[in-house]
Amino acid sequence: MALEKKIRELKEKREKMLLGGGEEAIGKQKAMGKNTARERIMAILDDGSFSEYDMFVTHDARDFGMEKKHLPSDGVVIGTGTINGSPVAIFAQDFTVAGGSLGLMHSRKITKIMDHALKMRIPLIGINDSGGARIQEGVNSLAGYGEIFFRNTISSGVIPQISVILGPCAGGAVYSPALTDFVFVVENISKMFITGPEVIKTVLGEEISMEDLGGARVHCEVTGNAHFFATNEEECFRQIKKLISLIPRNNSLKAEPVEVKLPDPLYDIEKIVPGDPTLPYDVKDIIRAVTDGSDFFEIQELWAKNMVIGFGRIGGNTVGFVANQPLEMAGVLDVDSSDKAARFIRYCDAFNIPIVTLVDLPGYLPGIDQEHAGVIRHGAKVLYAYSEATVPKITVIIRKAYGGGYIAMSSRHLRADFVFAWPTAEIAVMGPEGAANIIFRKEITSAENPDEMRRQKVEEYKEKFANPYVAASRGYVDSVIEPSETRKLLLHALEVSADKDVQMPSKKHGLPPF
Amino acid sequence: MENKELEKLQIEDTQYITNLSPRYKSRKPYSPALPGEVISFIPGTIVEILVETGSQVKSGDDLMILEAMKMKNRVKSQISGVVKKIDVNPGDRVTKGTLLMEIG
Repeated sequence: MALEKKIRELKEKREKMLLGGGEEAIGKQKAMGKNTARERIMAILDDGSFSEYDMFVTHDARDFGMEKKHLPSDGVVIGTGTINGSPVAIFAQDFTVAGGSLGLMHSRKITKIMDHALKMRIPLIGINDSGGARIQEGVNSLAGYGEIFFRNTISSGVIPQISVILGPCAGGAVYSPALTDFVFVVENISKMFITGPEVIKTVLGEEISMEDLGGARVHCEVTGNAHFFATNEEECFRQIKKLISLIPRNNSLKAEPVEVKLPDPLYDIEKIVPGDPTLPYDVKDIIRAVTDGSDFFEIQELWAKNMVIGFGRIGGNTVGFVANQPLEMAGVLDVDSSDKAARFIRYCDAFNIPIVTLVDLPGYLPGIDQEHAGVIRHGAKVLYAYSEATVPKITVIIRKAYGGGYIAMSSRHLRADFVFAWPTAEIAVMGPEGAANIIFRKEITSAENPDEMRRQKVEEYKEKFANPYVAASRGYVDSVIEPSETRKLLLHALEVSADKDVQMPSKKHGLPPF
Repeated sequence: MENKELEKLQIEDTQYITNLSPRYKSRKPYSPALPGEVISFIPGTIVEILVETGSQVKSGDDLMILEAMKMKNRVKSQISGVVKKIDVNPGDRVTKGTLLMEIG
């Protein structure tokens, strides 16, 4: 009898907590197209797998009337569960409780689950939906943020950290997502900024809406702060599950292999690339022509589109693709595309994911704005990331590989393990037109018909140097291959390098140019 | 591949057919800084103007006070000369890079 009573009491207590901020607040949340914190967790995790911790934690703030306020679960839900059977740790801020504001106990719950995730070596998923610091709790609230940032940093490169922005995430709070590996956003729901529209209006007199300042689209297209864009929460949850299926649980494991599928024959690899190197094509078609099931999970699809990055599987195993996109800005390296590629290369290296690089670029983007924006420093990140990476590095030179761009895109000289080149590859110090104009300047200017002479010399240069064979004659290219052999050789290279072991000189850490 | 809506991008001496990014299309033309043009270095509010049109100023003289982030910043002249034109009034809110005054 006593036990039954106690159990009933527990059930009642739980039910009270599960209501969060109450029906009215939940109604408001729903009206915005938003799920509640626990609904979001349930939607991401396998059915019935969620185990909640710290449901009964409450704050003990005593100032500004806080002593009279009871905040269920202190505005954040934490726990563990599984995604496709694989364990993850998760927290979700509950906007229906005091606007999801972060006080001391709220932050302690988050750091508890973070510590747990790191100790258990399982991924951490953080759902952000918070008005910011709980002002009534003063400096304790700041301490809470600092403790979170510290753990984000310490866990970086050990366990995958995923941030999901499903509401406001403003001021200092945005730095937790910024320190994590992948940021998911949803149109009209996610808002991220350091200073909001009101402050900007007061200080500058400039008016801007929240959506235009720091909405999902802005962070996916303009800033590059977010990695995955969705139009509603359900789509976002599907993306999260897909990502989790492609990456390993921690940095001592490899991603779980799945059953091998053949690429869709719709992608005919011999018919994608135009012969004229000045004409574009969609490099994603080449990726789909070589990946299992032609399935490519692109990251940062809408930002710095001249560089394509993402995951696919080859022979059942996850690989990271880094590819120049001739369809956008001719595939040049610039400030944003360098930054995008470098970060992804380091991600793959940290989590034992082999890197396949597809090369077709005319070089770096010329321009005052690029130089003044620091293209030297940003471009150097790509060199650093490739040189430092010890995971298998496989390079396929499709067409143009000119100058500094050739070196940067996982060349042999940065220790690519395999360098394949298609017969259409042009590995040269620069494009034929530019090179001929410099090397044959005298002949061209002193000729009776300079245009004709230029044409002749460009042809001459193309014939001699715009091919893969000069580089192949020095062993910079291991093998010149037919496009149709690409998948077979990628499979082979991955098989050969499965146990690759490279020891780097011992150091505390390097100094990448950021 | 349909090339009709694509644009041209010149790299070295070669023109490539491709899409251009919004960032590339909206890049601002470069103009070198002129020492006589006084430009706001931070967004803020003009609190006080300390000179008048026609005033003789020396390099390093205070020209106006620009309050930004709760700090009252003294905007100083980079050159010696005469104030030719004052482009702002006290109370104006200015963004970074606004032309405040011209000295010749």
